[in-house]
Amino acid sequence: MRLKMLAAAAALALGVGSAQAQISGNTIKIGVLSDMSSLYADIGGPGSVVAAKMAVEDWEKMHHPKFKIEVVSGDHLNKPDVGAQIARKWYDEEGVDVIVDTPNSGVALAVSQVTREKNKAFIGSGPGSSDLTGSKCSPNTIHWVYDTWMLANGTGTAVVKHGGNTWFFITADYAFGHALERDTTNAVEKAGGKVLGSVKVPLNTQDFSSFLLQAQASKAKIIGLANAGGDTINSIKQAAEFGIVKGGQNLAGLLVFISDVHGIGLEKAQGLILTANFYWDMNDKTRAWSKRFAKLDNNKMPTMVQAGVYTSVLEYLNAVNAIHSDDGGKVIAQMKKKPFDDPLFGKSRVREDGRNIHDAYLFQVKTPAESKGPYDYYKLLATIPADEAFRPLKDGGCPLVK
Amino acid sequence: MTTLFGISVPALMGQLLIGLINGSFYALLSLGLAVIFGLLNIINFTHGAQYMVGAFVAWFLLDKAGLGYWWALLLVPIVLAAVGVLIERLMLKHLYKLDHLYGLLLTFGLALIFEGVFTKRFGSAGLPYSIPDKLSGGYNLGFMFLPTYRAWVIAASLVICLGTWFMIERTKLGSYLRAATENPSMVQAFGVNVPRMVTLTYGLGVGLAGLAGVFAAPIYQVSPQMGSSLIIVVFAVVVIGGMGSIMGSIVTGFGLGIIEGLTKYFYPEASNTVIFVIMAIVLMVRPQGLFGQR
Repeated sequence: MRLKMLAAAAALALGVGSAQAQISGNTIKIGVLSDMSSLYADIGGPGSVVAAKMAVEDWEKMHHPKFKIEVVSGDHLNKPDVGAQIARKWYDEEGVDVIVDTPNSGVALAVSQVTREKNKAFIGSGPGSSDLTGSKCSPNTIHWVYDTWMLANGTGTAVVKHGGNTWFFITADYAFGHALERDTTNAVEKAGGKVLGSVKVPLNTQDFSSFLLQAQASKAKIIGLANAGGDTINSIKQAAEFGIVKGGQNLAGLLVFISDVHGIGLEKAQGLILTANFYWDMNDKTRAWSKRFAKLDNNKMPTMVQAGVYTSVLEYLNAVNAIHSDDGGKVIAQMKKKPFDDPLFGKSRVREDGRNIHDAYLFQVKTPAESKGPYDYYKLLATIPADEAFRPLKDGGCPLVK
Repeated sequence: MTTLFGISVPALMGQLLIGLINGSFYALLSLGLAVIFGLLNIINFTHGAQYMVGAFVAWFLLDKAGLGYWWALLLVPIVLAAVGVLIERLMLKHLYKLDHLYGLLLTFGLALIFEGVFTKRFGSAGLPYSIPDKLSGGYNLGFMFLPTYRAWVIAASLVICLGTWFMIERTKLGSYLRAATENPSMVQAFGVNVPRMVTLTYGLGVGLAGLAGVFAAPIYQVSPQMGSSLIIVVFAVVVIGGMGSIMGSIVTGFGLGIIEGLTKYFYPEASNTVIFVIMAIVLMVRPQGLFGQR
């Protein structure tokens, strides 16, 4: 009798176990790790959490999965050690399967490393450094939206072609700024331009006046801003004050988000050329989604990072569902299998090095007269097709590429 | 291009001038802190947040009421002083009998609350606030382009700092304030309303922070983080100058602004830390600060 009971119990346990064994706890937990309170909080931040939750809701409505999906969030404070610690705790103690967003390349590089150790998944929409799919590539990481190489070759090449052939960089002194300066220097020199100098500025600086003065003294035609978020906003506002543009020099914002333009105001931001992969007003799909997003996020239109969080969560869940597993390496490999039609970014494909490629767009910021209302800020100058927009696979130095 | 010891003089002059501008903000803010600490023995950690609220009130006045910069200069310090009076009356006055630490904790907590609320409501990218028309444009000095607005900030801060110093050190009202903190019961016995003086002093300090916020709004972003980045440096300035000395904080504020400006020219990566290095040295060599008396 006892043997029969034991056998029945074992069979039951095995039966139940094997159906769910591949998705631990029958729950998929998504961790939105972002800058929730400082200079990048408007680029990702609480808006990214909104985007992730929208994605989970929409996906559940479409697929009625048998597993549960949860979203948690954390603030990395722009410190790599804090980010890495949160990632470890999430992976080890809270059963998080995938980390998304993570603006700040220093943090992203650290999280990518931890994710590889634990064989989880990391899909970064926020960070910029092209090293994430280059020398520091990983089979557990996908770089989802943009990177410094794309920005450098989009904006950098376009600006040099328009006559801006001498450059001076104001660079945020950490991983992202260094990568952006390096990639843009290469792009500028390849297009026939010259870099006259650069100055490294601590992250989250309030006052750029002395650095702008050095840029002015260099007499370079273009002052390249290798920074982002609050730093870019401050640089541009203060450049206007110091008569930089009136004095004959121009600014190149190498990484500019719609939230930045909103913070600077069209009067000071007009004419800026920038490269991005998403704009809320591109087509009906982006408009419809962005308006839904805005209702949930204080009437702010989404940045390309927040749009990326939305679609990266959708695609991740698709992959999990296809192989019925939450094994990080396997899910990421699944996401690389075929090209897909991203609802917000168009035709996309994840390459072997973890780089997600899609079209890039060259935009110019409208003048106040051209804009019909808040967030009506960009006009499209050119479309860069996916295969040209990103660094060629062989040039990255990624060990995963044979 | 003229050079001195291999350094381009025009570039150096430009950096010194910019250092002076930053110094005016340090001086204005550390003045408020020094007044509050010197006269009331309160370490007002909320100072940075009050500066930030001042900038936001200025933006609010422009955006919602159409009242521009000059109105803000007048109204913001009054509004902030009222806020300060409220804080003092409702919360701080209960802590005077206790250790300094409680006042510090309270003001620190208030700072976090202010910043949290504003960040939640406004995000971090900040809001635009333009330089008033009469102060836009600038002068081409040859070695640099000096925006009119920044020149105005230097001049106005100097006037306000010296005016406040004069009021506290050289007028009757000031002498009552100073006496009231040294010996409150004696001064009260002479019929002076000491609690009211204390409240008004705190209000004055906070009003100064708000005024600095209005000065900052057109050139730095009006953002919830603007105070927290500045407050630590301002505390260092006050410590270097001497915690109770008003003239000390003014002189040190301008002086450290210039030193920071020079560091940005010679070794920009250290520009964030040079003031703290100086603070460490001063604390080791002369712990009461350069101008302090304790």
